[in-house]
Amino acid sequence: MKHRFWTKGILYLILIALAVFYLLPIYLMLLTGVKPFNEVDLKTMWALPLNGLHIENFIAGYKQLAPNLKNSFIMVIPEAILSSLLGSLNGYLLSKWKFKGANLVFTLILFGMFIPYQSILIPLVKFMQFLNLYGDIPGLILVHIIYGIPITTLIFRNYYATIGTEVLEAGRIDGASLMGLYRYIMFPLSAPSFAVVIIWQFTQAWNEFLFAVILTNQSHWPVTVALNNLAGSQLVQWNVLMAATLLAALPTLLVYIFLGRFFMRGLMAGALKG
Amino acid sequence: MFEDETVLAIGLLLPSILAVAVFVYGFIGWSIRVSLSKWKGLNPDYTWAGLQQYINLFNHDQRFIIDVRNTAMFTVGFIIGCLVLGLGLAILLDQRLKGEALFRAIYIFPMSISFIASGVVWGWLMNPATGDRITGLNLIFKSLGLDFLISTWHATPQPWGMAFTVIPAVWQLSGFTMALYLGGIRSISDDLREAARVDGASEFEIYRYIILPLLQPVTLSAVIILGHMSLKIFDLIVALGNKDIRLDVPGIYMWVTTFDGTNYAQGAAIGVLMLISVAILVVPYLVQNMRSENEL
Repeated sequence: MKHRFWTKGILYLILIALAVFYLLPIYLMLLTGVKPFNEVDLKTMWALPLNGLHIENFIAGYKQLAPNLKNSFIMVIPEAILSSLLGSLNGYLLSKWKFKGANLVFTLILFGMFIPYQSILIPLVKFMQFLNLYGDIPGLILVHIIYGIPITTLIFRNYYATIGTEVLEAGRIDGASLMGLYRYIMFPLSAPSFAVVIIWQFTQAWNEFLFAVILTNQSHWPVTVALNNLAGSQLVQWNVLMAATLLAALPTLLVYIFLGRFFMRGLMAGALKG
Repeated sequence: MFEDETVLAIGLLLPSILAVAVFVYGFIGWSIRVSLSKWKGLNPDYTWAGLQQYINLFNHDQRFIIDVRNTAMFTVGFIIGCLVLGLGLAILLDQRLKGEALFRAIYIFPMSISFIASGVVWGWLMNPATGDRITGLNLIFKSLGLDFLISTWHATPQPWGMAFTVIPAVWQLSGFTMALYLGGIRSISDDLREAARVDGASEFEIYRYIILPLLQPVTLSAVIILGHMSLKIFDLIVALGNKDIRLDVPGIYMWVTTFDGTNYAQGAAIGVLMLISVAILVVPYLVQNMRSENEL
């Protein structure tokens, strides 16, 4: 019994030490973000603020990033909804309506998830210019949806594969059609996968940088591009930069804090396994 | 399953299939064609140049050679770091301690933050300044008397500076690796462990001889996912290195060559080489997956 007590204590110590490592960057962002500029000194960067909390850094950071935060929201919300609907339909068809060669088609689609986007970037830019979608947000949404097809299809297909065909056969006997079965049986059962896919796509699109920096012009920059430019400029004050960085990360952090357990459940159930 | 509606099913799949056919395979073909051309400058020039761009990269381009070395170093460090830490965390959390959900949430949350944001913060934490200007992690080490841990981090001269860029990358994705492993461990039936315990196996032996071997498929999936990420690592290095040539990787070189230098043919060749490196890792895995499914 005593032995178990000590083992437990050591385990907790290790867990807490690791938690400190994982939380350190967030702590630094918060700490620096609430300090006035004259307290942001190299020597005292780890010290607690002396003269109260200075929320004005967050206001200044928000002012810098406000248009870009708006751009990111305009991009991410339709992207996450449309690409999960598309993935759900694809996953249903590829898992329950297997035609000859369906596995080959699925594998060919899946490969698109792994490609480095640098290998399609030049044609993509030319094609988007040709479609007149270059520089603006709708073009970026389209690109995120198309390159999201592999992963959203994968997650839904894996999930639907765990649902027995008996339910569908029963629906079939009741006279449901291909889309009827989807609408009345599969779709209502899909909540867990929708949670995983929407969280995943929201986070991916919010955090994405390469397409955003290449395909949008300055007035349509999402927040990642604006933040990178802010960090690279010499004029910015560190406390404002840290506050801005935290603001840029906040939407996905909040999604994660409130919905993360659904995501975690999906991950642990093998949602991303090929 | 229901033959008659197969045509409709394929019809509904068609938009996705076409989109992938054009945006993935069509564009790859187009990129390959550009990489075999002389296209330099803003106006497309598809004059045939054969393998000239590739030969230039491997034979005459110091920067590209550095990029390849940097990527190799990053990939090895990143994969090993994530696997070791991820498995360690999973085993720790498998001990069914109170507060497991909270610790799990803390370890995995960095995954939700963009590489850009984490690059900005870690660039600050790993500030290499010394003496009066010492700061960041170095300052913590100094005040704790752990001077031997003070480091120049990613500003360390070549080739080792790149190795330190692994730290933020592992910070971001070891929790994800943990989730994969924990899912794997929890899917192993408890009866198996009980049986081993009855036979007198210690907890260590249970992990060593029963659980670890059963986790091999998880390790393979993790290596594929982490490996393809590291071969195309881009944003983290952009935010951390600010186009510092010592921390260059092919993803950045392709960007600079194509869009700053308008050397499209050369940029396309770098992109195609990145694709080949990922394909070598991923294609055998996908083919094997497809085959095992066809047998079912």
